[in-house]
Amino acid sequence: MKDGAFAGVPPQVVYAIGMVLTALVVLSVFVAPLAGVTSWLERRVWARMQSRVGPNRVGPQGILQWLADGIKNIMKEDIIPTAADQKLFPLAPYVVFMGFLCSFVVIPFGANLIVADLNIGILYLLAVTSLVVVGILMAGWSSNNKWSLLGGMRSAAQIVSYEIPAGLSVLTIVFLAGTLSMQGIIKAQGWGPWDWFMFHNPFTFCTFFLFFTAALAEGNRTPFDIPEAESELVAGYVTEYSGMRFLFFFFAEWGNLYVIGAVATTLFMGGWQVPPVTDNPVLLAILQFVTFFLKAYFWVFVAMWIRATLPRVRVDQLMALCWKYMVPLSFICMLGTIGFMFMSDQGRRIFGALTLGFAIATIINFFRRVGFQFRSAKPEFYWKPQI
Amino acid sequence: MGVVASYLNDIKDAVSSTFEGMSITFSHLMRKPMTIQYPDKIPVPIQDTLPHRYRGILEVDMDICTGCLACERDCPITCITIGIDMNKETKQRYFTHFDIDICKCMYCGLCSESCPTGAIRHSSEFEGASYNPAGLVRHFAPQAVNLYKPKKGGETEPKLITKVDIGQAYMDEFATPDGGAAEEK
Repeated sequence: MKDGAFAGVPPQVVYAIGMVLTALVVLSVFVAPLAGVTSWLERRVWARMQSRVGPNRVGPQGILQWLADGIKNIMKEDIIPTAADQKLFPLAPYVVFMGFLCSFVVIPFGANLIVADLNIGILYLLAVTSLVVVGILMAGWSSNNKWSLLGGMRSAAQIVSYEIPAGLSVLTIVFLAGTLSMQGIIKAQGWGPWDWFMFHNPFTFCTFFLFFTAALAEGNRTPFDIPEAESELVAGYVTEYSGMRFLFFFFAEWGNLYVIGAVATTLFMGGWQVPPVTDNPVLLAILQFVTFFLKAYFWVFVAMWIRATLPRVRVDQLMALCWKYMVPLSFICMLGTIGFMFMSDQGRRIFGALTLGFAIATIINFFRRVGFQFRSAKPEFYWKPQI
Repeated sequence: MGVVASYLNDIKDAVSSTFEGMSITFSHLMRKPMTIQYPDKIPVPIQDTLPHRYRGILEVDMDICTGCLACERDCPITCITIGIDMNKETKQRYFTHFDIDICKCMYCGLCSESCPTGAIRHSSEFEGASYNPAGLVRHFAPQAVNLYKPKKGGETEPKLITKVDIGQAYMDEFATPDGGAAEEK
């Protein structure tokens, strides 16, 4: 820089400092509250689904619970066991956290609201989320503890296995969009559900569920949370961790939930696409952000919901589900989508409309089932979210 | 069943059971939580919501206690200690102490079953938090209390009549295993 506040400093250094500061601001203003509020919301939703109340004391309806938990964890003693690997043990949480945080680089919150629209965006995302495996394996091995090691090994096996159906599902969408860029994939879709890749043809509809299941498994979420199965492995790879480092693992886990939702939204649900209602660029950006955020958060809610519903699978069931069911099915869906790409657009649209109709019918049927379950239990009706 | 059919059936089962399970959990969002948010956020005192015949902390009505020591003898863990002395001039026997150690009490109810007047009984109180074990010893005779002597032909003093009746009602209800239902028949 020739003049100004940074006279004499090489421009690379100034840019590097600027990038670090931006990352810090993004981390503290968006990602930390997001992961925190998700952790609180998950506990509330989960509690209500089990006829409990959940945390409701810290702040209005307990919304500041995550702050209290975070402060408590940060102020705790940072214990590193004597027998643990003194270098890898402290490092592991940061590797996991980095794998999660790097994925925010390519998440498109709006037409212009993206850190970097990489031309290999989705490939980059698959690559950096694999970094989490390294961190988990590191944590499991360096803890020098049998539970941790078993948890780490299970996690590695699980994530590597589920990378295949997830990757094949992504590939299906990449075929349709013709690009790996996140913005390119969104631009290939429209704002209406009939233009989403989810309802492109019946195969992409199935692909969506395969992708979501595989993403849940990659994010170590229940029902696929065998790496940290409390009933068998104490806490898996986080057994020896406490305080701040423990917090980082769970920060990454809850933040990852949002990343799963965001990627699912980008690939299958039209991302930030909004109806052409306004020309004001600021208003449009806000609308796009809100649309994207709500769509992504809906899938976060579904993940919480699944966690409250399904029991944990066994290790052999987990592997059987992946290799015997999801991998072949995602192959079939990919080939089917390729078949549909040869079809004329008119003919394809009929199948798309049928898929959309099937989805709507399923949702209606679902709410009828909910009504039936509610009536058959004869409970006291209480719809309010607060208590 | 063929291999392909069972394979497809597995997929169908997974999808339909997940669908059904998720509809059940979603319907819970509209149900009222079972949790009682003790001690605040409850409309009535929690003691009033406890079930009938709830075995809370023991209480003794010293006005109708005859000092027969049946409870002290029946207590399996000797958490009840009773001291009785006699005034040499008036020949009146009195309690020097009547202590129940709530730390030891296991709420078996044997003392209240053997009590002839229903003086010792379970209250609905259960909040026994204390900073030291000594705080959990209940002293029912801080000063000397005279023993109760049942009169022939029933109690005449109006203050004691109600107390005797309460004790009798408790005995009828508690000391019989079915709560007195068999006698009513």
